[in-house]
Amino acid sequence: MDRELIVALRGVTCRYPDAARDSLVSVSLELPAGELHAVLGPNGSGKTTLVRAALGLVPLVAGEVEILGRPAHTWSRRALARLVGVLPQREDNLFPQRVRETVLLGRYPHLSLFGGVGATDRAAVDGALAACDAADLADRWLWTLSGGEYQRVRLARALAQEPRLLVLDEPTASLDLRHEMELFELVRTLVDAQGLGVLMITHHVNLAARFADRVLLLSEGRPAGAGAPGDVLTRETVERVFAWPVSITPFEDRPQMTPLRLRKEAR
Amino acid sequence: MKYVVLAGAALATLAAALLVGPANLPFADLPGSAIVWQLRLPRAVLAFLVGGALGVAGTSLQALVRNPLADPFLLGLSGGAGLGAVAAIALHLPGPWALPLAAFVGAVGAMALVYRLGLMGGAELDPRILLLGGVAVGAFAAAITTALVSLAQATELRNAFLWLWGGFSGASWTTVLVMLAYAPLPLGVLVASARPLDLLALGEEPAQYLGADVRRLKRVVYLAASLLTAAAVAVAGVIGFVGLVVPHLCRLVWGRLHRTLLPTAFLTGGILLAAADTLARTVVAPRELPVGIVTALLGVPVFAFLLRRWTVS
Repeated sequence: MDRELIVALRGVTCRYPDAARDSLVSVSLELPAGELHAVLGPNGSGKTTLVRAALGLVPLVAGEVEILGRPAHTWSRRALARLVGVLPQREDNLFPQRVRETVLLGRYPHLSLFGGVGATDRAAVDGALAACDAADLADRWLWTLSGGEYQRVRLARALAQEPRLLVLDEPTASLDLRHEMELFELVRTLVDAQGLGVLMITHHVNLAARFADRVLLLSEGRPAGAGAPGDVLTRETVERVFAWPVSITPFEDRPQMTPLRLRKEAR
Repeated sequence: MKYVVLAGAALATLAAALLVGPANLPFADLPGSAIVWQLRLPRAVLAFLVGGALGVAGTSLQALVRNPLADPFLLGLSGGAGLGAVAAIALHLPGPWALPLAAFVGAVGAMALVYRLGLMGGAELDPRILLLGGVAVGAFAAAITTALVSLAQATELRNAFLWLWGGFSGASWTTVLVMLAYAPLPLGVLVASARPLDLLALGEEPAQYLGADVRRLKRVVYLAASLLTAAAVAVAGVIGFVGLVVPHLCRLVWGRLHRTLLPTAFLTGGILLAAADTLARTVVAPRELPVGIVTALLGVPVFAFLLRRWTVS
């Protein structure tokens, strides 16, 4: 039960309307509960498209996507939102709002059309805020938060959905060291303690290597490697995919990458 | 609590609308007076309904196009309605319903055209194209309207011009009943969309991830808000600023959640327009100002104040 398969992509190829080439080519991924999978790759390698495909938002040219064993496109948005919480890279805040209101938006897939917000919903909001160490932010205005606090609040909103899978699209972009590490530690805790499945897109090869159970490396929409970090993140593969010389050294049994300077011999 | 206050204010506004007027009736005669029952009451009720409809339509459209400066008439409806009405006047179409029907047809025609433009990019309605297409369709309709007006005779010209600024002098119990029969469906649709509209403020993709069927939501809200506006414009002409200012006013006072925002926008819009109409028919009595002039004269300063508050925060 705790290792139930939540999302499975099998040989997925997809292309946006009017695009010259396929955005994803023959990508496979199986994400069970209680695991953190990281998706790595250069800009434009199809990472965000992979997320959209996994949630049935882009039409497939080939392959299949299943969520809990059912084709992704047959899920209603509402039912899917009760199962999967997503933190997209960007979102707007058109009108000023407080933290608690924002987190309450995560309860919307659970609310009936005309029913009010009940005790269960308030408890879920409080629980999510506490889990993200954001309980003391509840009454703050959103625009007064720092970048790290804001991401924790958005994570709390996703948790208020009471999902079994979290999808995080570059959640630590523009965060400083401490906030970045705190977020990775928090996500790992949620995976281990609550058995959540997490699919995380990130540019941080080293943090992915240390926190993820498996990594999927994408290059121009194609899988360049998938598996345990130590198997995928070899010097040859990383150099080829990111088009830059690197060295790989082990640290606490995980590979760590150091980018090299060019023309080292001339210095 | 807020609904008690608003309901009280609504009753007070309606009472004021019944009490004052150019006929200057003695207070004791009011309950039995045909002027009150056949003229002032239906007129006040109609103004209230139209103001409420514009408030709700404006609130929903601002959420839909995710632009706080949107107004129910920005999407080309006023241009279409104006063209329909002026065409009816220029063609001397007979009967009391010719003008409102022609205005309604014009507004719905503009709505259909803008909707079609909004779908140009594919199956998704693009709010940016809705806005730009609305402005373009409105300008085009206004050009034809002006051409018709420039060819019209003096009295027709005056009628057309006054109609374009809106007014309730033609109000009757029949128009009230038409509005009462028509408005609940689009109003209900919009109220049922309240929660997904909250999500839309985050952006279309985040809203989808939180469970909103954004594609369907955009179509339903656009059509319902436009049909509501088309009815309002058909019975009362183009009344600006209610649909723009009321949503902001309500958001400032009651917050941004549409479950509260839509009902309060209905009541607030109704109160403001009923009050504005009472002013319009009394300040220069026995003549009348078009009510759109009153709402613009009151609305522009309020709006300027709101803009200032906004830039401060």
